[in-house]
Amino acid sequence: MSVGGRLENANPVIFQRSGERLMTASEEDEDVHDPIDDREIFDLIRSINDPEHPLSLEELNVVEQDRVKVNDVESTVGVEFTPTIPHCSMATLIGLSIKVKLLRSLPDRFKINVHITPGTHASEEAVNKQLADKERVAAALENSSLLEVVNQCLCTKSI
Amino acid sequence: MAADRSLLLSLVEEFVSGLQDSKAKDTATGVKEGQFTILQLVEALGPSLTSSQPHTRARGVQLLSEVLHECYGTLTEAEVEVLIAFYENRLKDHYVITPPVLQGLRALTKCTVLPPGSAVAMLRSLFQDVHVQSLMLAERSCVYNMLINLMETREAELKGLGTDFVFGFVQSMDGERDPRNLLLAFKIAKNIIRRGYDLGKFTEELFEVTSCYFPVDFTPPPNDPHGITKEELIEELRAVLTGTPKFAEFLLPLIIEKLDSDVQSAKLDSLQTLTACLSQYEHKDLAEFLEGLWTSLRREVFQTSSERIESAGLAALTALTSCLSRSVLNFDSEDSLRTFLDLVLQDCKHHLCEMDLKLVWPSAKLLQAACSASNRASHIVTAAVMPSLMDQFSSRTQCSHRRTLLEVVLKFIQSVKTSQPLDNDERVLLAFRESLCSMVFSALSETNASLQITATSMLTSLAQQTGLLLDSDIELAVDHLTKLVLTEEDDKVSLAVVECAGALAELHPEAFINKMIPRLKKEIFSEPMYLETNEVVPEKHSHHAMRQRSLATLAAVSTQPSVVWESTPVLLEVLSSAHTGSVNFSVEEVVSACCSLQRIAEQVQDTEETGRCFHDFIIPRLLSLALQASVQGEGSSGCCSPLVEETVLCAMVPVISTSCSRLQPKLAGETASKAVSLFLHGDVSFLPDNSIPSHVQLLKKHDSLSQSHMVCLLMGCVCSLPRNVEVPEIDQLLSQLEEMSCTCSHPLPYNSAAKCFAGLLNKHSQGDFLDSLIQRTIKRVCTELDSPCSPARIQAFTLLIWVAKALLLRYHPLCTTLTDKLFSLLDDADLGPMAADGFSLLMSDSADVLNRSCHADVRIMYRQRFFSENSAKLVQGFNAAPQEKKPNYLKALSNIVNKLPKQVQVTELPALLSLLLEALSCPDQGVQLSTLSCLEPVLIDPPPALIQQLEALVSRLLALISSPAMSVRIASLRCIRALSCFPEYEILPFRARVLRALAQPLDDKKRLVRSEAVQARGKWFLLGSPGGR
Repeated sequence: MSVGGRLENANPVIFQRSGERLMTASEEDEDVHDPIDDREIFDLIRSINDPEHPLSLEELNVVEQDRVKVNDVESTVGVEFTPTIPHCSMATLIGLSIKVKLLRSLPDRFKINVHITPGTHASEEAVNKQLADKERVAAALENSSLLEVVNQCLCTKSI
Repeated sequence: MAADRSLLLSLVEEFVSGLQDSKAKDTATGVKEGQFTILQLVEALGPSLTSSQPHTRARGVQLLSEVLHECYGTLTEAEVEVLIAFYENRLKDHYVITPPVLQGLRALTKCTVLPPGSAVAMLRSLFQDVHVQSLMLAERSCVYNMLINLMETREAELKGLGTDFVFGFVQSMDGERDPRNLLLAFKIAKNIIRRGYDLGKFTEELFEVTSCYFPVDFTPPPNDPHGITKEELIEELRAVLTGTPKFAEFLLPLIIEKLDSDVQSAKLDSLQTLTACLSQYEHKDLAEFLEGLWTSLRREVFQTSSERIESAGLAALTALTSCLSRSVLNFDSEDSLRTFLDLVLQDCKHHLCEMDLKLVWPSAKLLQAACSASNRASHIVTAAVMPSLMDQFSSRTQCSHRRTLLEVVLKFIQSVKTSQPLDNDERVLLAFRESLCSMVFSALSETNASLQITATSMLTSLAQQTGLLLDSDIELAVDHLTKLVLTEEDDKVSLAVVECAGALAELHPEAFINKMIPRLKKEIFSEPMYLETNEVVPEKHSHHAMRQRSLATLAAVSTQPSVVWESTPVLLEVLSSAHTGSVNFSVEEVVSACCSLQRIAEQVQDTEETGRCFHDFIIPRLLSLALQASVQGEGSSGCCSPLVEETVLCAMVPVISTSCSRLQPKLAGETASKAVSLFLHGDVSFLPDNSIPSHVQLLKKHDSLSQSHMVCLLMGCVCSLPRNVEVPEIDQLLSQLEEMSCTCSHPLPYNSAAKCFAGLLNKHSQGDFLDSLIQRTIKRVCTELDSPCSPARIQAFTLLIWVAKALLLRYHPLCTTLTDKLFSLLDDADLGPMAADGFSLLMSDSADVLNRSCHADVRIMYRQRFFSENSAKLVQGFNAAPQEKKPNYLKALSNIVNKLPKQVQVTELPALLSLLLEALSCPDQGVQLSTLSCLEPVLIDPPPALIQQLEALVSRLLALISSPAMSVRIASLRCIRALSCFPEYEILPFRARVLRALAQPLDDKKRLVRSEAVQARGKWFLLGSPGGR
């Protein structure tokens, strides 16, 4: 059996994707101000690819809309993500991808906090600490092989 | 004679010692014209051919070979025999002589008079004396061409050579590196295999010498003049490798090995080659590799990251299974199909019990691919899989699980469908008929939307397989569908239900006539249960939605004539009750009824029966209702019938035009002549209701607005006739329409009259009458337009545009007068902006007249023609125009360019680019928007001219992302995103600037703008970054 030879979790549970956000009349109205809400942030991160499966973080339930909190007025964003297995070695990479995606997609007034859902990973604290440390995130992105993997996660699917 | 001889000698001398290559041609011409014979040439060459200097001998042979190349057709058998003997002998000579010798031999292989046995002799000495791979490129190609020529004409002789021929060929091509020669070599190898040459003990050698190129990895050099593509090489090599089952024992292990590769194209090529070879193979060729192949295929589908590889893998599995299915069963041999499927089932079946895990779908797809291969495979797979799926469906409670199960089962039903057996007893799913039905009906009565949607498509699939649904099941299905149409509020579900009803009604019309239509009719005509209070508004809303759904369903089920006869009266009754007011219908509902009628006219088969239904029954009824309403509306001022509303009239037009253009031309002609006599003479005798006053004058100028509106119905009728159907009294009709279009004060009638006039002009036969008519119209229109205070300028302008369009479409020479007038109007103070918009009407297809479905005379590429004739005028006009009129020109330009096909846009763009860039900085938002929308498709595959102007383009686009209009911001962000696909080295210098500029729209107040900005910025971030592009 060569299946599963390389993957940590060859047959993960798959969740259904939520549909596109429904357009409302007010979104097409020039004069209305649309605030940035939880769903908008979730839409930014749900299509990020998993580093080892051809699946999105949403399909693997790594990110959920309930675990995204945004406050437009105070300019803060908090995202919790849940690795598929408690020993997932990809957790830091997934967190980094989420963080980079948000950094690229949100106005710079926002303070972005990405961390693991409490109690779902063995080395939760260490990963959270890494993700919160600006210097370390910046240093990680200087590493071209790490940046390559992050970019691949952020590429919209082709072929 | 002596002169000829000395001429020949001098030619030979100049070629051989003078090294003048052109003399070969002269000599050949001499031989062809009979000035001298080959024999004389050989005699004249005597001294050079016997020279002690190899280079002189080579030169001599070269002249002979080049002459032979020109005139091999004139040689006699005796000459050829001597020449071959000579050349064969020369092969043993010094190596510098070999190239011209090979050329000579190639020329001789093309001779039709080749003496028997000479081909064999030629090849024997070739294989013996020449080492092909140490020759130069051109000489190798010469050898391959010789082989190809001989294989075409001397097949029997070459086969006589036995395995020596194959061996000789294998030796010649071993190590070939040039793609041009490889194509030739693959062609020879293919011929060897296809035409049954004896491979003998050299099978493996032939395989080795060709398969070493598999999988083909070739990138043609840029500006390759030979135009050889990787695909060509892949195709040719695949034809060789898959050509014979004798290669099976070598090819299959090779494929298994290459499937392990990390290169995606190698995997894909291997899978496609596997699929191709399986059509030739038998089960015994496969037997020992089955397990290995299955392991590889399973891995590709289970762990794939690319859909192309997945589908290639599934196709290979189908091919493999159907190859095994072809095997004939003996008593003593084992059933290889069953053995293989057991293997597949053992690895996949258990995944079908884990509905929310990833491998459910890959496993299901593999099983379905195997299932679709043959009838026997379908039996085996469904027998093994279906019971467990059904059990799970009844035992599971979670909706998402049940839906996945239903979808898996649906895919199984569809994969079985492709292998329909002829024999009734062998129908695959018959054993599961009852459980499948109960599954569908239970899913239909669930409340979960996606479950219901899947159930409708499953119902459709079941109905399409004969024998799976009994009459009672159909009736039950119709009941379910009717209930869903009447009660289901979810848009997606009701859309799926309507679609399913349409598919079922085509197969089982009776059930729909007896059950669904009467029920829908009853519900449509029921009044909503509410009183005039506020609290029941939602109910009123849902009643309206129910009516809309029912009307749409009536249209969807009407594909069979028998159903049409039942459904259309219901729709007409809606119209007449709305008119009389006996049942309360809103305008929207009446419009939906018209849309349903139109859809029916569009989808029914064109038979005498349906033609009669529309022309004798529906159209007169529509005309009569509209006329009654308009006459009444004139009398009483109070409550109006909804049928006088413009929207309702406009919805009736397509019903009439679709039936006149599609159904029964003869009947359509009758309808048209009745309509013309109604409009010209007030002849109401053909209308079903005789309460209408006769002698209504519908085209004359009068006060009644509602009567003049009726002209759009006339347009629907006469403008959509096939071109061979004549419109009666056309002269009078045209002059009255012209009058109406120029004098009427209300937009709908003057627009319709102008369109109707144009539609008739477009189809009118060529001749003096047409020309004088057009001249008259032009004169009238120009007089109106030239007097600035005329009240009818807009009317005249409308007529101008429509007539211009009618003539433009049919390439009428008078068209330019009209379009020139239109260009001059761009400077007009009042009509300028309208004229600019008019170009968009001119270039686009109009929905109701002057399009191909109305049988209008539309020449191909009329847009390109118009553009190439007029773009210069536009640029000139732009340069000459005063500043405040320039936006009109830019708008006109972007309207025209927008509608051009992309290929033309790309070629014309360089000339217009500066103007388009100008348009981007024009303050008019409409101009900005239409220019952006015309730039966006061009940016996907940018022409070089655009790349040169990149700086100007980028800065103008970046300026537009802070436009006050949201649509401009969105369109410019889209263009910026498209820019990110330009060649990397061109746009990399702009990266930092674009990223900085895109930070600001991330905080835009509109969500739609933000999401475009996010996408564009994400793309630009990936640019030039590792792993990005």
